[in-house]
Amino acid sequence: MKSKARLMQGNEACVEGAIAAGMKFFAGYPITPSTEVAEIAAEKLPLVGGKFIQMEDEIASMAAIIGASLAGSKSMTATSGPGFSLKQENLGYASLAEVPCVIVNVQRSGPSTGLPTSPAQGDIMQARWGSHGDHPVIALTPSSVRETFDLTIKAFNLSEKYRVPVILLMDEIIGHMRERVELPEISEIEIIDRKKPTVSREKYLPYKADDDLIPPMAYYGDGYRFHVTGLAHDETGFPTNNPAIADKLYRRLLDKIELHKNEIIEWEEQCTDDADIVIISIGGVSRAADTAMKQLRQKGVKVGTYRPITVWPFPEKRLIELADKVNTFVVAEMNLGQMALEVERIIKDKAELIKVNKVNGEAIYPEEIIEKIEEVL
Amino acid sequence: MPSAIVSEYFRTNKLPQIWCPGCGHGIITRAITVAIDKLGLDRDKICIVSGIGCSSRAPGYMDFDTLHTTHGRALAFATGIKMANPDLKVIVITGDGDATAIGGNHLIHACRRNIDITAIIYNNNIYGMTGGQYSPTTPKFDKGTTAPYGNVDKAFDIPALAAAAGATYVGRSTAYHTQLLISLIENGIKNEGFSLIEAISVCPTYYGRKNKKGSAVEMLEWQKNHAVNIAAASKMAPESLDGKFLIGEFKNSPEPEYTKEYQKIIDMFKKE
Ligand SMILES: Cc1ncc(C[n+]2csc(CCOP(=O)(O)OP(=O)(O)O)c2C)c(N)n1
Ligand code: SF4
Repeated sequence: MKSKARLMQGNEACVEGAIAAGMKFFAGYPITPSTEVAEIAAEKLPLVGGKFIQMEDEIASMAAIIGASLAGSKSMTATSGPGFSLKQENLGYASLAEVPCVIVNVQRSGPSTGLPTSPAQGDIMQARWGSHGDHPVIALTPSSVRETFDLTIKAFNLSEKYRVPVILLMDEIIGHMRERVELPEISEIEIIDRKKPTVSREKYLPYKADDDLIPPMAYYGDGYRFHVTGLAHDETGFPTNNPAIADKLYRRLLDKIELHKNEIIEWEEQCTDDADIVIISIGGVSRAADTAMKQLRQKGVKVGTYRPITVWPFPEKRLIELADKVNTFVVAEMNLGQMALEVERIIKDKAELIKVNKVNGEAIYPEEIIEKIEEVL
Repeated sequence: MPSAIVSEYFRTNKLPQIWCPGCGHGIITRAITVAIDKLGLDRDKICIVSGIGCSSRAPGYMDFDTLHTTHGRALAFATGIKMANPDLKVIVITGDGDATAIGGNHLIHACRRNIDITAIIYNNNIYGMTGGQYSPTTPKFDKGTTAPYGNVDKAFDIPALAAAAGATYVGRSTAYHTQLLISLIENGIKNEGFSLIEAISVCPTYYGRKNKKGSAVEMLEWQKNHAVNIAAASKMAPESLDGKFLIGEFKNSPEPEYTKEYQKIIDMFKKE
């Protein structure tokens, strides 16, 4: 049985998804266009025995969710542009110390305060490389309200499973859009919890990974008396300067994602079978891409769409296959070519690449994509 | 042979610690474990959190659940831990730079919330780990590597700052006055709310050397000769306090605790 259909905003669907996934702690600091996530979390969490705190800034919010996660609560924070920048140091901490947590970034125009609070997609590269050093991350981008619900759950599941911070990379269009959605019953939702140690305290090595490259995780207060640090550490969790051990750790952190990337990566494609031209886009822009495709198809132009759902890791393998048969890729994004860089790297010069970019605070309209495509026909 | 306290509460396989000979941080760390011992707390329900700095290395040697975080942010991590599991006794170990410079914002807000965390600031009046730059507690005119002609900044009075920001238990002691330090930490942990204990340390390597304060022993002697207990100070003539500093219990005024207050909201609104 489906629950009744509701008119819901993307930001609200995010909180609904988080609570369905088992979120019990949220720490945040207000910033448009993400604020509703905090407001709704503040309202809903106590109803399920969870806790909300408005911290003094985004750095503290990020720190608090890591602390809460280590003490056993599934945790999330939400922010936008400037706040996402502030979170980066502690986000790297969560990557290195392998602390599951979810960071929502409802992207707005930047750099700096930019065009508050118009939509943008300028944080694609920051989501991947924003924190210093090579570090693992997963980033997911929803393009509808319902998908925001589903991907928030997926974000929690992936973060719990792989012990990695997961970024829900939304944009203002999706965050503030209202759509009619039907949410699934809780019993229909798959929920993943981090694996816990099965050995005694004496035998527990907090950073000794199993064959899946993921170490079991105890909670503070469970009696394991373990140490967590942002310094390079060995399997015991204590700092080391040993180059071989540090090397092994850093490589495992990335390999952990690489090994499981087929389970992590998700994308959606439409009409690519016979397509000469494929529009690549994410989030709010994908809606314009869909319309553009449909209108061009009516005119007989063979257009398809390709929508990465995980932007990081980027759904690369399928794109390589497509590059062998597609003449032209059109990368449409609300920035000056960040995802295009990734596409360029992947398709090499096997196909032509055209960019549709917009950074003036307005959404990309279907006509703008159509116009660009008609220019090259 | 390590003492009973050390073999009981320290990760002896991680010793010796990284601190310089004569560093005051070891004395303060030991005092924390003595206070925990005296309180007879369940040691599996204690979580010790630190930031970054020489002082913040202490938890790595202490046999509890321990978390070594990022520079300045220990209190924010600790807030998340306490919120997620209020049964834990959360103790924060932090340096003067860690707590009052980069972490100053988190410090005043943890005080304001009166969340049940006990923070111990190891104040050595300098940035030790990075090699002797002046900190927010370096006395005016003293030297640091970034204050080669003398520091022109005015120093923070940490207990006054914490008390004004809303901490409900505030005290100060020194590495020399360990008995007082132990009892302040004990009381701080007992206080259900935010407790702040400033523990004045010694850094002979940087602060001492830069400012010609002599050996570690001479620095501890200086503490002995210049600290006046606040209880005694009230009976002394103001002139006799010139050049001295106060130690002791500065504030002890319990108020409703943050996680308990939040729990009331859950109890009122939770849907079963
Ligand atoms: C974000 C950030 N900025 C700067 C540093 C460099 N840093 C490490 S420790 C430290 C100062 C530590 O001084 P304090 O907190 O007083 O502790 P002490 O070493 O004196 O015990 C600094 C500036 C850092 N690790 N992270
Ligand atoms: S540098 Fe100073 S604070 Fe750091 S360990 Fe040495 S004496 Fe202690």
